[in-house]
Amino acid sequence: MATVEERSAEAGARKFPDWDSRRYRYYQPIGRKATLYEDVTVDVQPDPDRYLLQGWIISFADGTPAYSPTRTRLKSSDWHAYRAPDEEWERPHYQRQSAIVRMIQQAVANGRAQGAVSRFDRDWVHILQNHFSASKHAEYGMGIALMSGQRDGMTQMINNSILVNASYKLRYAQDITLYLADIAPDLNGALDEAQGKEHWMNDELWQPTRALVETVLAATDHLEQYFAINIVVEPMILELFRSGFIAQAAALHGDFLTPTVVSAAEADYTRNMVNTVTLMRLMAKDPVHGTHNQGVMAEWLDHYLPLAQNAAQHLQPIWSLPRMKVHGFQDAYQTAVSRVNTLLAEIGLDGNGGENS
Amino acid sequence: MATSLSKITAQRGISLAEATRRIADLGWLPTYAQQALKYPTDYKFVKAPRDPMKQVLRSYFPMQEEKDNRVYGALDAGLRGNMFRSVEPRWIEWMKLFLAIIPFPEISAARSMAIEANVVPGHDLRTGYTMQMVDELRHSTIQMNLKKWYMENYIDPSGFDITEAAFGKCYATTIGRQFGEGFITGDAITATNIYLQVVAETAFTNTLFVAMPSEAARNGDYALPTVFLSVQSDESRHIGNGHSTLMAVLNEPDNHLLLERDIRYAFWQNHAIVDAAIGTIIEYGTKDRRKDKESYAELWQRWIFDDYYRSYLLPLEKYGLKIHHDDVQAAWDRIIKKDYVHYVAQFFSAGWPVNFWRIDPLDERDFEWFEYKYPGWYKKFGAWWENYRKLSKRGNPPIVWADTGYVYPHRCWSCLVPCLIREDMVVDEVDGQLYTYCSEQCRWTHKVAFASEYEGRPTPAMGRFSGRRQWEEVYHGWDLADVIKDLGFVRTDGRTLVPQPHLEFDEREMWTLDDVRGYELRSPLVDLRQMTPEDRERHIAEYRKGFTVHKV
Ligand SMILES: [Fe+2]
Ligand SMILES: [Fe+2]
Repeated sequence: MATVEERSAEAGARKFPDWDSRRYRYYQPIGRKATLYEDVTVDVQPDPDRYLLQGWIISFADGTPAYSPTRTRLKSSDWHAYRAPDEEWERPHYQRQSAIVRMIQQAVANGRAQGAVSRFDRDWVHILQNHFSASKHAEYGMGIALMSGQRDGMTQMINNSILVNASYKLRYAQDITLYLADIAPDLNGALDEAQGKEHWMNDELWQPTRALVETVLAATDHLEQYFAINIVVEPMILELFRSGFIAQAAALHGDFLTPTVVSAAEADYTRNMVNTVTLMRLMAKDPVHGTHNQGVMAEWLDHYLPLAQNAAQHLQPIWSLPRMKVHGFQDAYQTAVSRVNTLLAEIGLDGNGGENS
Repeated sequence: MATSLSKITAQRGISLAEATRRIADLGWLPTYAQQALKYPTDYKFVKAPRDPMKQVLRSYFPMQEEKDNRVYGALDAGLRGNMFRSVEPRWIEWMKLFLAIIPFPEISAARSMAIEANVVPGHDLRTGYTMQMVDELRHSTIQMNLKKWYMENYIDPSGFDITEAAFGKCYATTIGRQFGEGFITGDAITATNIYLQVVAETAFTNTLFVAMPSEAARNGDYALPTVFLSVQSDESRHIGNGHSTLMAVLNEPDNHLLLERDIRYAFWQNHAIVDAAIGTIIEYGTKDRRKDKESYAELWQRWIFDDYYRSYLLPLEKYGLKIHHDDVQAAWDRIIKKDYVHYVAQFFSAGWPVNFWRIDPLDERDFEWFEYKYPGWYKKFGAWWENYRKLSKRGNPPIVWADTGYVYPHRCWSCLVPCLIREDMVVDEVDGQLYTYCSEQCRWTHKVAFASEYEGRPTPAMGRFSGRRQWEEVYHGWDLADVIKDLGFVRTDGRTLVPQPHLEFDEREMWTLDDVRGYELRSPLVDLRQMTPEDRERHIAEYRKGFTVHKV
């Protein structure tokens, strides 16, 4: 009989070649030491240019393989260089999403318990009903576009970033939906939940935004969608509306709850924006394809930015609706424009698209 | 807690049904720009699927976070309880293979949700698809983390440390790729709904994520069960997505012919691939030989035959769908009468020098159990495993090159498992090229199902088999030592092999490149194609007769 000591399968129980090879050694960490995010993410999606000896083995009818660089117009000399600054993988993703869900639910439950909702300004309720509620469809549309986009990236790092972005957008669209459903009973019929979609579909103010969202949804290039959403649509429309209007006007109208819902989306966006900028900067600075990529991104900008600027301008009348006036639309719009310019400068596109105002 | 905040304050809330109805109403039909169907399908939809599960993201995320807490708590507990002092190395070695493969099907399933959401009309089921997408991110990264944990704590980390690189190179992991790439290529509905959800998840995840944990626990591995049962707890959601989508697909009679094709293809591929891998790991990767334990064949009968075939597939006939009963019977026969799993295990052990894990020789206790569960086993496989044990000592030729009577098998072009049931091997030509298949069903899959036309009906969306599918072809004519170097299956000392035909944790016993030099690897298919028609006929007839292993 072998003693427990002799038959132990514990690390270090015996010394032989590679008994201490205790890190994934097939990839180069970006920092000095591999992060947990890198260990669970890098190379999980294989690549014939790295280790995929036999290539992809099932193709589409036209010969396109499972993953193909032809799915985007951007080119890269090393798709594997990108790491998400937010380092999201499953555990932190669920922790963060759950924390947001709990924060909103507690705030709403407390607010309702104290009768806060019934003290909302009635005109403000009307704005929530028609416009805040309309915005949930724009958010949802972006979530759907990203969900589709996470199919096509050339690495797991890229696809994970797009995937968690989709998860955040879809959660926020549901946050708005269920938040309005939660507070509606406290408003005794003053909030008609069907009006949001009605305005999204038919209100002239929202039609250019809907056209923009549908244009992004119709794009088939996943990095074009990722770029359009986080570099153009978010700052020019969604953040403009969330931070430049809702978050500022709510409190003036006795509404301390809605800003809680909206603040989660801003925090989401910050992370997704940093991811996107990091990826796009890598593309723009690619030693081989940088110039080409800058040209493509400039084309995307030429395509989406005017649509977004026009859509934003159409939302302007919403700023005049509340009884208590907030910072004017022009202030908010200028903030959005300079935000876009900052992002473009970060990416290294200032030469191409920085003159917009 | 008996009282909750909402009880005290008597807050009225909306029902889950109301919540999901509102969420489904987030979608709309675009009028300014039409969404392109990025991923083609030959299926038609007349109605959108419903969501029977009625889930919303705000209850989903906290539920998953809670599950995660239990999983990571169990890993900590495993270390505190000194799990690795008593775990069976035979078992952990096979995890080098299994955990190299499985994250890829998981990420493919996440991608698959992009495709499915893109082609399936309506918004009722989008939340279901979204949850599945995030679940699959969960599965892939939780598995990568488990593997890292083994690497950090198990006696021999070699093989775990190269895991994703090894996945790209090994002949065995390509079989797993055939499984996962099927989720993301070709006809969108074939791939996402039928192959992934209706067959892989509904039928075969039980063997993957329930049978494996039981066997793990029997080998002193308490970590894997917590992780994989947690993974499996997400599957009911995916099965629900699959069933609702299938009901919408069934609604259009025009789809029935394609459904018949796809269920047939998916069932046979899943059987060929999953049963090969999991059957081998469960039966040959264990040290537990209690006779009251269910064998893989017994598990298969319960989960695949009774629960899936009888309770899920058969009822589809009332919608006018043709189900291939004969295939289910044929799969069952392969497992119970034709020794499918045993031949796969034999093949993996034959290939040990090009593996990236160790395979422990069997001993008398193993022989006894196999003979008890599979009467006649020793007569067919006893000599092989006696040889394997004997030849596991350095200085012997690697077993494939030893004179044992074993004939290195042809490989199936469809499922990529070799043609192990020799009498069933089929040869056919597709577009003027000769191919070998393990079975008539696999021949049909390549030649008939994966084509631009099916029974007279154009199927422009169907995928194609492509790439360098045949691993042996890549190394045809190479020296074994060079193959192993090229694969990267050499330890960092530059000479000791990652794979070993034993569990000796002692440098003197471990095979090096010098021990495997001078043996030539050949591709049976390349050789077959080069034969004259007469020689080929003779070779195939000979192959189908099988082989007899004698003791060395
Ligand atoms: Fe999964
Ligand atoms: Fe096959």
